[in-house]
Amino acid sequence: MIIDWPSFAPVNALLGGILIGLSAALLLLLNGRIAGISGIIGGLFQATKPGDFSWRVAFVLGLILSPLLYQLFTPLPESRIDADWGVLVLAGLFVGLGSRIGSGCTSGHGVCGLSRLSPRSLVATMTFMGTGFLVVYLARHLLI
Amino acid sequence: MHIASAFFIGLLFGLGLIVSGMSNPAKVLGFLDLGGNWDPSLAMVMAGAIAVGLIAFRAAGGKVTSLLGNPMQLPAIGKIDKRLVSGSALFGVGWGLAGICPGPALTLLGTGATKGFVFVAAMLAGIVLFEIFQRRRA
Repeated sequence: MIIDWPSFAPVNALLGGILIGLSAALLLLLNGRIAGISGIIGGLFQATKPGDFSWRVAFVLGLILSPLLYQLFTPLPESRIDADWGVLVLAGLFVGLGSRIGSGCTSGHGVCGLSRLSPRSLVATMTFMGTGFLVVYLARHLLI
Repeated sequence: MHIASAFFIGLLFGLGLIVSGMSNPAKVLGFLDLGGNWDPSLAMVMAGAIAVGLIAFRAAGGKVTSLLGNPMQLPAIGKIDKRLVSGSALFGVGWGLAGICPGPALTLLGTGATKGFVFVAAMLAGIVLFEIFQRRRA
């Protein structure tokens, strides 16, 4: 392993992480909800109780509009998707299906679950990080 | 009121993703590339988020209603089963293929990236597939 020092941006990473944590904290304390993105989106496709739909739409809308708000103050940082179209579709399918089967993703298990000291989320996080590391290793160092 | 707060909290979440670098799939893959040129940034994102989260979940412990008067809806801490592990494994494979997880997928929509739209369409298809399987089993 070689550390990519030029890309390592600890201050931004920590600051951004604190903002993510803060928003998870606010959704929990104000709304009584877990900030798990896959769960929030998933709930939009379920026959839910009345009053359970609008807040999900509002949250998702906020997430989608956040780059526009950011752009009002400063240009957006670089964002690059290297995956080609076929891989992208497969990846999207796996992310959608997998996160719903496993009841959570990076936010629900990785941030909220670990903050709750849930053993279930610890196992989930270690599992998806593990397969994520493995897939990148295979794609970048073994198969090409 | 709780709808407006959800909107602003979503905005804040997205700003966090952008500031932290999580909304850049190439950077996320740099974190997942342990065998290459490894970018540890994402570990710092998790550390920052969990540091705040630990305090929040401790503060929320035992509360029945939220500050806006909604019931606290925390999932029960369930058991570790095959579903949890296989679903998470599949999610990780998808994450490793493109470097995009559900939150950043939505911020990519807002940047207008065509590839972001394709990813989100596929992700929604995966979520709908899950619902179809669920209903068949029920």
